[in-house]
Amino acid sequence: MRDLIRRILDWVDHRTGFETAVKNFLYEDIPASSGWHQVFGSIALFLFFVQAFTGVLLAFNYAPQPGDAYHSLQYIVSEITGGRLIRGLHHWGSSLMVVVVGLHMIQVALWGAYKKPREATWILGVLLLLLVLAFGLTGYLLPWDNRAYWATVVTIQIAGLVPLFGEYILEFLGGAEGVGVSTFTRFYTLHVLMLPALTVLLMMLHIHLVRKHGVTPSPRAIGQPKKKFYPGQAFKDLMAFFAVFILLFVLAATVDVPLEGLADPSDSTYVPRPEWYFLFLFQTLKFFEGRWEVVGAVILPTLAVLALLAVPFLDRAKVKRIQQRTLAFAVVGLVLAGWLALTVAAFLTTPEPVESARETSPPAADWRFLTPVELAGRAYFQREKCAGCHNLAEGEPKMGPTLATVSHRKSAEWLMEHFKNPSEVVPGSPMPTMTISDDELTCLAAFVLKLTPGNATALEVVPDYAMRGAVIYHESQCASCHVVNGSGEESGPPLNGVGQRRTAQWLEDHFRDPQKFDPQSVMPPYDFPPDDMKAIVDYMKALPPASE
Amino acid sequence: MGKDPQSSSRRTFYQRMIYGVSSLIAASLTIPAVGYLFPSRRKGDGQKGWTDAGDVSALPLNEPRELAFQRKRVDGWKTSTERSTAWVVRTERELIAFSPRCTHLGCGYHWETDSDRFVCPCHTSGFSMTGEVLEGPAPRPLDRFETRTEGNRLWLGGVRPISENGGQ
Ligand code: FES
Repeated sequence: MRDLIRRILDWVDHRTGFETAVKNFLYEDIPASSGWHQVFGSIALFLFFVQAFTGVLLAFNYAPQPGDAYHSLQYIVSEITGGRLIRGLHHWGSSLMVVVVGLHMIQVALWGAYKKPREATWILGVLLLLLVLAFGLTGYLLPWDNRAYWATVVTIQIAGLVPLFGEYILEFLGGAEGVGVSTFTRFYTLHVLMLPALTVLLMMLHIHLVRKHGVTPSPRAIGQPKKKFYPGQAFKDLMAFFAVFILLFVLAATVDVPLEGLADPSDSTYVPRPEWYFLFLFQTLKFFEGRWEVVGAVILPTLAVLALLAVPFLDRAKVKRIQQRTLAFAVVGLVLAGWLALTVAAFLTTPEPVESARETSPPAADWRFLTPVELAGRAYFQREKCAGCHNLAEGEPKMGPTLATVSHRKSAEWLMEHFKNPSEVVPGSPMPTMTISDDELTCLAAFVLKLTPGNATALEVVPDYAMRGAVIYHESQCASCHVVNGSGEESGPPLNGVGQRRTAQWLEDHFRDPQKFDPQSVMPPYDFPPDDMKAIVDYMKALPPASE
Repeated sequence: MGKDPQSSSRRTFYQRMIYGVSSLIAASLTIPAVGYLFPSRRKGDGQKGWTDAGDVSALPLNEPRELAFQRKRVDGWKTSTERSTAWVVRTERELIAFSPRCTHLGCGYHWETDSDRFVCPCHTSGFSMTGEVLEGPAPRPLDRFETRTEGNRLWLGGVRPISENGGQ
């Protein structure tokens, strides 16, 4: 058996050199001084694999379109086995990546490992840091919730401040017309296609250079016999992976990553706060106002990056023992202190974003979950032939706006005004004035407000009997004694589930003569004409049971 | 290397730990991934909803008709309503609603009055009025919807394999 495996391996190795390559990699010579302080680069590589793995998994169930993105993410975290965990791993993984890359750079800076001939390795490292930040920036938008939206609005504005190129950057990010479908698609493409490809490429070059020049030895270790990477240092690396992985896993499993309400471009009360690792930039911005803004937003960060890139050319002294690198310690310490101060200041001065007060009731999946008022509104929508100019969900474009995509920006009052006097509220609106009663308009407004991109398609089709039933229910003011789908007064029994408990005949007889069934009943008799009776009975039968 | 016993036992320890820890990490990533990619279908999902397939009072005896109706479909994060059909036949004993897919490879079939059978054009399976296979490669009788009538209206539930379904 062993023999056979050996022969197969030899055969493969002979043709691909695979085994030899792995061995070369594992048995690389490293200096005697290598140890725990050199694990960070490997951890970053490990985290990159975790991010790629969880990212691909997320993509399997993610719809890259504004609106849908939000709903599919909601579906991932609430319906799919392990979905919440995987999103957690991806989210916290990105934060840990920033931390680990930071530590890696600090280690290299303190030890002076960027010195000749390793300048190019350092420069690639700085570029990789920028890529990590770009991942964070683009990934932040993808949940398409309120904070994703508003944080990106700020990002885009800053990009627009860049002298000379601002306009082009905006164009490239699809942000010339504000944050919308184009921005979203650009960010998505950057996040899942371009940045990963670039990162892999630069990482390979970076690792190639690390191996070409070898791990930096401390001055003392020069001349000492070398060690092999495997298994001693490999063990240390792996233990470090494990520690980071446990931390990541615990974070993902216990700390919920927030998913706020669907992005709401009309929510002017929202104060966005970026991810923690961008807070220092965010705080810096506050010190510069008006035309100086560009200094904080663009010039300083650019200078900082240039300074980072220049580090190996500024410090060209001979390699010293770490104990003697006081200046390096001082500089790194200062930078860290500055960063920390800015971050803390940002935390203290920006309140945790609060969702706007307009709380939305849980979205109705289909017409059975609408309240009777909303369903009656759907009936008036039909009767008034609103569909001639408006789609509920995206579809063949019509003259008026698609209601599901605009309704969340409006209030009931606004809609009422608009119904009664379209062109006054929206100048130039070709919509005819609606001449139906205020009561009916209220229903219509309630229905329109209930629309979301997620349910609008389902609400396009509502059986006639249900609409008719809801109108009868509404006009007969059943809601003054009964609750349906959480709406109405509670003096009478709730009606969800009545269709499962009673037969149609029973319901019909009960409408005609409630006292026949319960002499104490205070319900007045309703002798609807046959068609109406049938509609309301069918509607009652179709209501979802209370538990649903 | 490996000559003195102490360094060789340390080496073995390193190797064991490396294998152990990397398998542990790999397992804690792949197990959730499998659950995520192959979610166990939640019981009754998609079957829960009953759909109103329309008025069947005018349905003649022993003459299959194709009813078209709107059916709610839960597809991932989206709930949509789509047009759907069922072949419905009223026999002396019961009212049967067949799923409109051939049990062979899923083509749509239709009723042929001349030969008095359901015929699938794809690979020429034939089924009797009550769904039994008369000819062709179809492996089992036509699938039936769970049914329920309310007044004149026919309501359809999930598709049930034939053995469990006895009509109303
Ligand atoms: S699919 Fe109907 S016979 Fe093959």
